[in-house]
Amino acid sequence: MSGTYLGMPAFPVAAKEAVGNETLRGNLRHATHTIRDKRAKAVAELDDWALLREAGKRIKDHTLRHLDRYLVRLEESVTAAGGVVHWAADADEANRIVAELVKATGETEVVKVKSMATQEIGLNEALEAEGISAYETDLAELIVQLGDDRPSHILVPAIHRNRGEIRDIFRDRMGAWGRPAPDGLSDTPGELAEAARLHLREKFLRAKVGISGANFMVAETGTLVVFESEGNGRMCLTLPETLISVVGIEKVVPSWRDLEVFLQTLPRSSTAERMNPYTSMWTGTHDADGPSTFHLVLLDNGRTNTLADEVGRQALRCIRCSACLNVCPVYERAGGHAYGSVYPGPIGAILSPQLRGIQSEIDASLPYASSLCGACYDVCPVAIDIPEVLVHLRERVADQGGKGHRLEKAAMKAAGWVFDHPRVMAAGERAASKTRRLHPSKLPGAGAWTDSRDLPELPPESFRDWWKKHHNDRKDTGT
Amino acid sequence: MSTGAGAASGTGTGRGGGTGTGTSGGSRERILARIRAAVADAPDAPEAARDYLETHTPDERVIDLLAENLADYRALVHRTDSEGLPTLIARLLAERGARTVLVPPLLPAFWLSALSSVGTDLIRVEDDPTATARELDVVDSVITGCALAIAETGTLVLDAAPDQGRRRITLVPDHHICVVRTADQVVGSVPQAMPLLDPTRPLTWISGPSATSDIELDRVEGVHGPRTLEVILLTE
Repeated sequence: MSGTYLGMPAFPVAAKEAVGNETLRGNLRHATHTIRDKRAKAVAELDDWALLREAGKRIKDHTLRHLDRYLVRLEESVTAAGGVVHWAADADEANRIVAELVKATGETEVVKVKSMATQEIGLNEALEAEGISAYETDLAELIVQLGDDRPSHILVPAIHRNRGEIRDIFRDRMGAWGRPAPDGLSDTPGELAEAARLHLREKFLRAKVGISGANFMVAETGTLVVFESEGNGRMCLTLPETLISVVGIEKVVPSWRDLEVFLQTLPRSSTAERMNPYTSMWTGTHDADGPSTFHLVLLDNGRTNTLADEVGRQALRCIRCSACLNVCPVYERAGGHAYGSVYPGPIGAILSPQLRGIQSEIDASLPYASSLCGACYDVCPVAIDIPEVLVHLRERVADQGGKGHRLEKAAMKAAGWVFDHPRVMAAGERAASKTRRLHPSKLPGAGAWTDSRDLPELPPESFRDWWKKHHNDRKDTGT
Repeated sequence: MSTGAGAASGTGTGRGGGTGTGTSGGSRERILARIRAAVADAPDAPEAARDYLETHTPDERVIDLLAENLADYRALVHRTDSEGLPTLIARLLAERGARTVLVPPLLPAFWLSALSSVGTDLIRVEDDPTATARELDVVDSVITGCALAIAETGTLVLDAAPDQGRRRITLVPDHHICVVRTADQVVGSVPQAMPLLDPTRPLTWISGPSATSDIELDRVEGVHGPRTLEVILLTE
């Protein structure tokens, strides 16, 4: 991935480009609608879903409240199991630690499991600057890397590409990175997957260093967990001699049994499956099975700042399932790139400005990239109240900017973009009514004129809904 | 809490090319201090109540549900008893056209007792800890047991016990046959599985053959792991 987020235009500019791109919009609509129906079905199979969701929320809240204690416990457990634990305060430090660990092995290439944390810190670019080639092995990440592109979705980073585009990228670019695509490659998903299998296999078989993230880390046992589908994760986690895992500090859970909650909620929320094809769990190093050297790099990079915000800290509960992206009317139309971050969609709109701070135009505009419709909150398996955090962050943007400030302007443009898209607004109004208690009585960032007056209370239903219902009632009664 | 663990981290290894006693050690204390400051005034957050269901499945449904869910994710499911097992395994390998079959260190001997009946050229390959990934890549099939299976999710859990072998042997070959003893290895749900598993062992949870949803969010079977997964449900 050579695309960069530095100097990204604020949300409305990037979103406008995306909306003009018919192919992109079609790809996104198709993919998100497919997955959201499947998710609803997978969730409906568990009649205790609400209790599992509440348990997931509480496990995360409890862990975050005592994060220092559980990280120290994790460090003890991992160390006792033969792993080495490192602590990185920011992206630069994490990248430096990983680069030095790789160099110490004498290797110049690594295979990677898809990991949000390593994307967040720009690890591939940092390794490249040190003369180390990092090969992404997740199919979607491979598509992004070969296409010299940026990821646009947490789970499926190449969601903005359709099968025809993927075929073209494989045909044109695979040869430059290793084994070329087979002659006459078609655009059927099966053939594309086969091409990726052949291309990556030689890299797996010779790899000496693997780099991963982790979905969960268990403090009690020192166990790390990676959920995946393709088997590229298993390849990277078991074939190399050295494994380096870079994991955000908020990924720890206290006990082994805590996993039973997320093992039920994450796959159903994420790929809408009862269970993803492969989940790997390892605890330090295991004799003659898998890597003989294991390093864990614990990453802060803005997480402790987020933890200090009493409303915003709930974003650290996120288990990166991406269900909120798939139901979001703004994401569906604007696409992932518009969010200017590896974390797009509703969760990105509250996570990126907190991890990076709200000093840039893109980060100040992100809390406004929403109609507050609340669909994200409804599907979140750890009950993050994303609309609540968005409103809170809008207040923070307004407070630091002041009238006419460039950040305020960026924010207002993002809000304007949402207002300019009627179907986005329609979804927003419906839920704005459902979430009435959350809305501030003063409009943040709207300048001096609102200070002297309160916002009108939201009516229990929007005009659109009232009209539709009224209209239908009339039809039903034949009047 | 424990300064001992802290001293070990990043510094006590003698390798890693000096990843920075200074930086890593300093960052450890800095991150922990920042966390303590961040949550100092946070409200109490008690441990979660486990009031969700232990299982969603009545006992008598467990085996059938396992078979259904395995098949739903495109695993090929077979049922047999101990008497029929050797010939079933032999038949599956023959139908696959396997010339080599990888076996973990301690497979019950009778499982493979009928191999000679289907042809003499099937070569049995013992897993050798020094075998490279490349050597495993030329093997056609692998046969293992499992630690347990979970009905509600259609999942096999392997824990690298002697009847399953190292993690890589069920990963590199393209055809995996896994035998599940229905009498004592099948549970209904994930919460029922957790206390039976040992987290100090490397665990691999397998739910159907390798797949991807990366092309238009549509599930396609067959990427890097075994593209064919056959599960034998073994009754007494």
